[in-house]
Order: sequence, then C-alpha cells, then structure tokens
Amino acid sequence: MIGGLLAVILLAPLAAVLGCMLARQPRVAEFLNLAAAIAVLLAVLRLLPLALSGPYTFWNGYLIVDPLGAWVLLSVASVYLLASIYAIGYMRVHKRAERLQRFYALFAGFALTTLSGPLMNNVGVYWIAIELTTLVSTFLVCFELDRESIEAAWKYIVVVSGGISLALLGIIFYYWGGSFHLGPTYDLTWSTLRNVAPQLNPTIALTAFLLVVIGFGTKVGLAPMHTWLPDAHSEAPAPVSAMLSGALLNTAMIGIARFIQVADAARLGSLPRVVVVTIGAFSLFIAALFITRQSGVKRLMAYSSVEHMGVITLGFGFGGPLGVAGALYHMLNHSLNKSLMFFGAGNAMQAYHSKRISRIRRVLSTMPVAGLLWLAGAVAITGAPPFGLFLSELTIMRAGLMGPNAWATFVMLALLIVIFVGFLNHFRAMYFGSNATPELSPRPVPAKFHLSIWCVLPMWMALVPLLLLGLWWPHAISHYFAVIAAQLSSAGAP
Amino acid sequence: MLAAQLQPLAASVFSLIAIASLLLAFVMLGSRWLNDYLIAFAAESWLIAILSAAVGYYGHYPELYLIALLTALFRGLLLPYLMLRIVRRLKVDRELHERLSPSASLVVGALLVLFAFVVSSHLGQSLGLAGTVAVLALTVMLSMKLIGFLMLVVRGEALSQILGLLVLENGIFLGSQILVPGMPLLIELVILFDLLVVVACFGVLVRYLVIHTGTSSTHELRRLVG
Repeated sequence: MIGGLLAVILLAPLAAVLGCMLARQPRVAEFLNLAAAIAVLLAVLRLLPLALSGPYTFWNGYLIVDPLGAWVLLSVASVYLLASIYAIGYMRVHKRAERLQRFYALFAGFALTTLSGPLMNNVGVYWIAIELTTLVSTFLVCFELDRESIEAAWKYIVVVSGGISLALLGIIFYYWGGSFHLGPTYDLTWSTLRNVAPQLNPTIALTAFLLVVIGFGTKVGLAPMHTWLPDAHSEAPAPVSAMLSGALLNTAMIGIARFIQVADAARLGSLPRVVVVTIGAFSLFIAALFITRQSGVKRLMAYSSVEHMGVITLGFGFGGPLGVAGALYHMLNHSLNKSLMFFGAGNAMQAYHSKRISRIRRVLSTMPVAGLLWLAGAVAITGAPPFGLFLSELTIMRAGLMGPNAWATFVMLALLIVIFVGFLNHFRAMYFGSNATPELSPRPVPAKFHLSIWCVLPMWMALVPLLLLGLWWPHAISHYFAVIAAQLSSAGAP
Repeated sequence: MLAAQLQPLAASVFSLIAIASLLLAFVMLGSRWLNDYLIAFAAESWLIAILSAAVGYYGHYPELYLIALLTALFRGLLLPYLMLRIVRRLKVDRELHERLSPSASLVVGALLVLFAFVVSSHLGQSLGLAGTVAVLALTVMLSMKLIGFLMLVVRGEALSQILGLLVLENGIFLGSQILVPGMPLLIELVILFDLLVVVACFGVLVRYLVIHTGTSSTHELRRLVG
C-alpha cells in the first residue's frame, strides 16, 4: 500500500515531465502538470495516516517513510497543487507563451526533486536530492530571461552550490567518524547515523554538525547565508516563487531537524542547540531590518520567508514536544500562507506592471476580491489571530520559555512585533495610501483589473485551510506531532 | 582506519599526490589566464584519479579502480572539454575583473592553508592520528575548500566562478579518497554524475548571461540589492 503511494508520489511528476516535453500544445502541458499535482496531493493525504506507524523503508533501504517526512511531503504537495493551479492563470498572460511546455516540464521536475528529498534515507543521497532541486529550479528562476532574472539565477546557483558543498564535507566527516566503529564500508542512513552518534568522537561530531547546519542552512535561507533568497524569490515567476518558498525551503529544513537529532544523540552538550537558536534569531533580525525598509513587493515576501524559516529553526532548536509541534505546524501554515502572498504579489504585478511597492496603490478598488484575500493573507503572515501562524508562533514561544534558551524567545517576540508593524505598513500604503504620482507610473493604473479564475481560486484554497487551522488545532494533528516529537527525541535530550 | 596503518611507501605516495594537488590549486590562484586554470584543474583531476587508484591498490578496494577511471574521464577530460567550449564561446582569455591581484591572493591562500592546518591538526590530535597521512589529507581538503571559496570571492569572470566551485568539490573528493576510501560506490558515482550536471547547467547559464546581458563578468551583476 505505502509502496504504491510512493510510486504515485514520485512517478506522477516524472510522467508529467516526460509528457510536457513531448506535448505540442501548452494546454496539454498545463493539464498534465495539474493532474500530477492532484494525484500527488491525494497520495500524500492517504500516506499521512499510514506513515504514523513508521518508519518504513523501501527500495533496499534507500527510501524512508516516517511521520516527519510525510508531514513535509504534505506541505510540499499542497504548495505544488496551489502553484500548479495558479501557474495556469499566471503563465497564460505571460509574454513567453511559446515556451510554456518547457516551463511545465521544469516545474514538474522541480516538484519531483522537492518531493524526493524528504523520502531519502541515505544521508548522501539526500544531499544529492537537495543539490538537484537547485539545478532544476535555477532554470525556473531565470525563465523570464531578462537581466535581473539571470543575475538572480547566477547568484542562486553559485551561493547555494558553494554552501551546500560544506554540507557534503560535514556528511563526509560523519561518515569518517562512523567508520572508526562500523568498518570502512557501510550505508550511512539516518538511523545508522543516529545509532553510531553516541560513539562518535565529539570533535568530529561537532565539526560535522556545524558544517551541515551552515550547508543546509544556506539552502533553507537562514541568515547570514540567505543572500540568494530575496533575489531568486523576487525574480522567479510567481508560481515558482511560491514553490521555492513554501516547498523547497521545508525540504532542506527537514535535514536540519534530523541533524539536530543526531547532535542530541552524540551528547555534545548545549552548544549545537545554542548555535541553531542563534542562527534562527539572527535570521529574524535580518528579516526585520530588510522588511521595514523594503521597496519591492516580492522581495518583501522573500524576506518574510527568511523570517519564517528563522521561526521554524527556533522551534526545532528549542525542541521538546512543544517546540517540534510548533515548528511543524508553522511549516504547513507558512507554506499555505506564503503561497497566498506570492499569488497576491503576482496578481498585483499583472495589474500594475511593476514590482515596486510605491507603484502599487488602491489595490482594493483595482481587484476587490483578490485584494481582500491578499490583505487577509498579510494579516495572517505577520502572525495575527485568528490564523494558523498565530497558534504556531505562540506554541514555539511557549517551548522557548521552558527551555534553556529563553533569551531567544524575547528576541523573537520583539522582532515579530517590529515585522508586524513594518510589513503591514507596506500594505497600508498599497491599499489606502495616496495615489502614486503620475510620473512614477509608466502606465495608467487600471480602474478595474480582471483576473482569471485560475489566479483567484488558489488564494481561496490557501486561505480557508489557514483560517481553519488557526481556529481549531485538530486532535489528530496534535497526536501526529507528539509521535514525531517522540521519534526526534528518542535518541536522548533535551 | 586506513591512513593509520599504511606502509611508509604508500603514505609518501599519498602525501605527494595530496601536496601536488594543493600546489595546483595555488597555480590557479596565482594566474590570470583562463587556460592556465583549465590545465591546472585537469591536472588536479588526473592526480585525484591516480590517488584513487593508489588507494585502491594499497588499501585493497578494487571498486576504487572504477572510480579512478571515471574520475579521469569525467573530471580529467569531459569537464575541462566542456569548460574549454565555454571559454571559446566567451572570447575571453584572461581574468579582467579580479578584486585581489594574483600575488595578494597567493598570500591570502597561504594564510588559509595555515588555518586549515591548525584545524586539522587539532582534529587529528583528538583522534590520536597526529602525524599520519590523515592529518595531511584533512589539511589539503580544508585548504582546497577555502581556496575554492577565495576564488569565488575575488574572481569575477563566470568561468573562474565555475572553477572555484569545482575546486571545492575536488578538495572534498581528494580528502574523502584517503579518509573514507570505503564509501559506498553508489554515492561516489552519483556525486561524479552530479558534477557533470552542475557544469552542464552552468554552460547553459553562461550562454544566457552572454546573450542577455552582454557580459561574462559576474561583477556586472549588481542590480539586485536590498
């Protein structure tokens, strides 16, 4: 049963890639990609309860299905479906209509690599999956082929490949440390690593941990390794930005969560968690600085991703049942919410032909429904009730106050307030600010802009679950998180 | 642990190859000419292939012969060929945009090697491996890593940046041959393959760069800030 679901999750996007490459009509490619996204989400939803009794391994132990991985798959699959729907509306009006088949082939390929990351049991193969996500998404980032997007793609591939090679070095160190106890040749799976961790030489274990945190932290977009993220997120087409932010970053985050578990098992004292918490808090700090003084609407969303990745890192860094539950809940909420935000930004770019906040004015009169949804999303993403992110941030703060790194909780709270004010101030300007001066806007702002249903529907589909998750934290999900937290802390500490 | 129980001859062969690779990294650092980079990179890859074969012979890992063959083919021939094509397309034969002159970068590179040595001897001591070839392998691995990052920072030409990334990878590969020769074959194969894909992607990206921005220098890419 699980094997069959795995086959659907991996083969459906693969079939979409092949189909899109062969397709002659853009409509066929759109349909294939959408069908794959629906199949993947259905399979993941079915997999979720089955994974609870895991971990199970498949295919000679190279694939693993465990509750943590299944949860990340849920975030990835939700964003993939939302972004696939939005892409239909967004890419049709796009100027490069003749290259749509290529876009969808790359898009499904990106989804495939992102979905395969959480399923990898071998640490080395996981690294390769993460590296492949970079290579595929580079071409999505520069899909518009203008000067800025190529610059963004170049920065993206150089910074992330360089950063992630540090993670490879860390993995080699782990392997080396393990080879003193397990012999020269063995398979370095997550469970092997966790089991051998208590015997590792502490110096090697600590060096390796720092290297993998910096390496995968680059991919997650944690400050100060976040420099590629605002460029790539702002220059990519809006559906790709949503995938980068809502799906890709989580896939790399799962690696950090699993390595924290290894560091706990290696009994390295408090240092690993202090490092993780500090990086998380620093990401919030950098995000707060750049959000308040931002002038580009998509860069605003990108720095908000840096912020939320920092929050999730804090959750995993605080640890304990509450911290893990908060981080995982935040992961899903952020994926839904950030997709909504990027869709809104994409709509605004269609209507105003600009990415600059100063040229986007009176959104509500231009696009009443989509504008309202976007505004609700903005309130949600700053962590205001009654949306899901409020609950998850509150949970993470409760976990922080109980742990040894309580100082970070206060830093987090202060910075979240700064971000709340800074972020919503931009929305105040865009919604209720005075009209943009005529010489600033090259084209007249339309009184009414008609958006296709494909561009509005995914916003509803993101906002409704977000509201539900904020009003009601289902018992089944709490139980799910409790199981994951128990598995993550089974190796000892904190 | 292989490195601790080697015959003196094997240990000196390994050390020689490791040090020669490090020197080639310095050749890249000290030159302005893109052709020099390519030759140094190809020579370094061949040295790593020889190292793989030597480790396979002295440590009795027959699968390393395959790795050696593939390293020579992929890193030693195919990658330099692909990059040669990029150079020809670019019509640039030297680095024009360095932030640090080659002589200054040599000095910085030497300091980085010192730092790498301090870190590795500390690691070696804590493992009781002080004075073995393992410490040297660690030093070379970390130095090449740092030199690769230095090249990424101070060189602006698109090709220099690709080579900087490849030096990073070469460093890891060289170190892993000595430290963890028994690493499963599949992983090494996939990493080799991955490298090929990386360079292919860069090839496409460089073409976009030249066609759509009219430059092959990444220092011109500075619109996205803030």
